[in-house]
Amino acid sequence: MTTTATAIGTTQVYRVYIKATPDAIWDAITKPEWTERYGYCGRADYDLRAGGTYTGYTTAAMRSMGAPDVAIDGEVLEADPPHKLVQTWRMVMDEGMKAQGFTRVTYEIEERKNGVSRLTLTHELEGAPQLAVLMSGGMEDEGAGGGWNWVLSGLKTVLETGESLDPAGHQ
Amino acid sequence: MVTYPAAVTDDDLVFKALADPTRRFLLDLLFQRDGRTLTELESELAMTRFGVMKHLRVLEDAGLVVARRSGREKLHFLNPIPIQLIHERWIDKYRERHSSALIDLKTQLEGMA
Repeated sequence: MTTTATAIGTTQVYRVYIKATPDAIWDAITKPEWTERYGYCGRADYDLRAGGTYTGYTTAAMRSMGAPDVAIDGEVLEADPPHKLVQTWRMVMDEGMKAQGFTRVTYEIEERKNGVSRLTLTHELEGAPQLAVLMSGGMEDEGAGGGWNWVLSGLKTVLETGESLDPAGHQ
Repeated sequence: MVTYPAAVTDDDLVFKALADPTRRFLLDLLFQRDGRTLTELESELAMTRFGVMKHLRVLEDAGLVVARRSGREKLHFLNPIPIQLIHERWIDKYRERHSSALIDLKTQLEGMA
């Protein structure tokens, strides 16, 4: 996917079916021991109540390349474990993206049949076109990771197999 | 006798959904601009509204399209994750084997020299 050939919408929706309980998926999203094992592998720190803060930290590898301690900041708007988490979300590692301000991320987890749960992530990216490109995976070739698609595939893999999707590929 | 697994897997639904030019066209439309209504999608196709709905239904069942309500409208979003999973399952795997076979050949040939 190239960034120039694609008109990115202001809302992105991702859905993945995972053979895991809603509780396990909730933990994988909100607990640092899980968030360090997939996607960008940063430690997440959530105060899981409306008005609570969210901080997504960079990894040691990112910091060794000059990244600041904090990658993402935000505020929890709604926490209904293990079904729904709504939060604001701002990428602060990059000045341009930071200036585009807070976006909004909603995680919805629904239990389906046979031990499978459905995770739907909606990212409302009004006013943040640069972040929209990043999160749609449009900067993967520049080493910026594959966005939500990549993060959620990794989450599925780690929950279903206990293994990281791409242990050597951390950026 | 050849037997087939009884359960239809997610992969089956995705491959079946992709095996149709109209449905691939709908995905391409959403790739260009995401979050469209049925009316917008229908205007790009020489097909009845009912026909487009049927195709969207197959794409939704395969998880390739996620429909969300926004006020009175139903918006359709492209969900790239099933294709990503097929890529990991069916493409990365064979590519790795292919390249490691070439590496083995190189090692073997160099060992002979």
